[in-house]
Amino acid sequence: MNTPSLDLAVEVYGLRKHYGDKQAVDGLDLSVHRGEIFAVLGPNGAGKTTTIEILEGFRSRDGGSVRVLGVDPADANRVWRSQIGIVLQTANDQADQTVGELVHHFARYYPHPRDPDEVIDAVGLTEKVRNRTRQLSGGQRRRLDVALGIIGRPELLFLDEPTTGFDPQARRSFWDLLAGLRDGGTTVLLTTHYLDEAEHLADRVAVVRDGRVLALDTPADLGGRTARHAIVRWTEQGNDGGPVRHCEGRTETPKAFVRELSVRAGLGVDGEVPGLQVLRPSLEDVYLAMIGEPPAAGQAASELTENLQ
Amino acid sequence: MSATTAPVGPAPSLPSAVSLGLARVGLELRVYFRERRAVVFTFAYPVIMLAIFATVFGKSGVKVGPAPGFSYSQWFLPGIVATGLILLSFQNIANTIAMERDEGGLKRLRGTPMPASSYFLGKIGLVLVTCLAQTALLLAVAATLFDVPMPTSASAWVTFAWVFVLSTATGCVCGIGFSSVPRSGRAASAVVNPVVLILQFISGVFFAFDQLPTWMQQVASVFPLKWMAQGMRSVFLPAGAETMEVGGSWQHGATAAVLVAWLVLGLVIGLRTFRWTRRDDS
Repeated sequence: MNTPSLDLAVEVYGLRKHYGDKQAVDGLDLSVHRGEIFAVLGPNGAGKTTTIEILEGFRSRDGGSVRVLGVDPADANRVWRSQIGIVLQTANDQADQTVGELVHHFARYYPHPRDPDEVIDAVGLTEKVRNRTRQLSGGQRRRLDVALGIIGRPELLFLDEPTTGFDPQARRSFWDLLAGLRDGGTTVLLTTHYLDEAEHLADRVAVVRDGRVLALDTPADLGGRTARHAIVRWTEQGNDGGPVRHCEGRTETPKAFVRELSVRAGLGVDGEVPGLQVLRPSLEDVYLAMIGEPPAAGQAASELTENLQ
Repeated sequence: MSATTAPVGPAPSLPSAVSLGLARVGLELRVYFRERRAVVFTFAYPVIMLAIFATVFGKSGVKVGPAPGFSYSQWFLPGIVATGLILLSFQNIANTIAMERDEGGLKRLRGTPMPASSYFLGKIGLVLVTCLAQTALLLAVAATLFDVPMPTSASAWVTFAWVFVLSTATGCVCGIGFSSVPRSGRAASAVVNPVVLILQFISGVFFAFDQLPTWMQQVASVFPLKWMAQGMRSVFLPAGAETMEVGGSWQHGATAAVLVAWLVLGLVIGLRTFRWTRRDDS
């Protein structure tokens, strides 16, 4: 069993890791296909970084089997390291070297690196090429980390919260960069706190909590088919002139739902339903419902839905 | 970005550990000499020490040693040479590796195909170059400003060469091993520097070794700095000065043996305990 599969870049079965009394990773299963962008979502302390650092070969594990590019990271050698790229979560090292020096130097470590100047340009640091690392802003620093992660032309790129500290424009161009890498055949495994990032970038998403995978699917199908059904909200006036009631329903066919609502209320097919809103739950709504931290407003809405039924 | 697919053809082989080691030496030197104030202080420190000792003790032209005697400047020079070597090898290496580990620089390197041996080569190359430069400066100042006669015999320079190489090599590997002792980068200098300072006091750098209490001499004899200083005295002091040594001779055999023992000990412990990540990060 568990023979390495050629079209899987990462295979994880039953991964376990504890720190003291805390079970950081508790039987986690994961498989990442070659050539896809795979996002791992989860609250702080869910075990995302522990898992990714086991896959990168930095941390030992207590149990489970792990294959990264067909190799157990615990047995990592130079050839394996030349095939992966790593962007760690936080870094403030190499402060006294310039952007240009670092990228050119790291290129020397790899058998067939990308062109350093092209990489610097791709992450948008051409104007900073002569600046020392300590003079960079947080977002620029992060983009340098990404440059050092992709300089070796990795088959598999790990990114641990890569866009923290980016302004919106920098995030957009970073997304374009990653999409370009995927188009070139690079597999990307990233963790992120930004749901819109996962929604925009990822081919598949895993939601991790308490060291396990809660759900794994495409961003559109995450949480099951019903999770993305439209939410329809409207208000109803009580029959005896009582207070306005806020109502909510979920449906796969919002247009038909609203038509029926309108007819039922005696407004006819073309009547205006008071306070009508039709909303499509974002990945963030689905995610928050899944990890059990729904916003207060959402809770109220679901109670109303129950009242309605 | 263009050319996102790997070039066609046989996979190019990984760059050799030696060529990457040389690249690391270049990088280490560039970073080291970029921190100007640290460079000036490191290079000036032994020179200032020599100036202070020579001025305080030697202003009336007092001579030491068996007749015809030699100046205090000459007498202090070997110990200061040895101190400079231990500062640039042991202290500098232990502090910078502890800092790099704390900042995540070592972890970043561990995630690349750069071999560990290239990293150590880079550190050793840096120490070798800085030690040579600092010692050359110190000797030039001693010879020109303080009229310390330089050895003229080839055998004295041969002794200088092996004591220099063994001292820096031992300092390097012990520094690599000791870098894992401080728990954080910020604590590094507070843990590392007193070790060197205490060794300087008990190893005959500041005081004449033969005037120290016997127990202190015995403690110092376990550690390398005493032997480094003694080896350097055998180079820079005139014939006959060996009678001032506790053992009555230069003890070259014992010097080499103690330094090699520490070199091996440092290698074994250093390689076994070396960590790429912080202690809380595993």
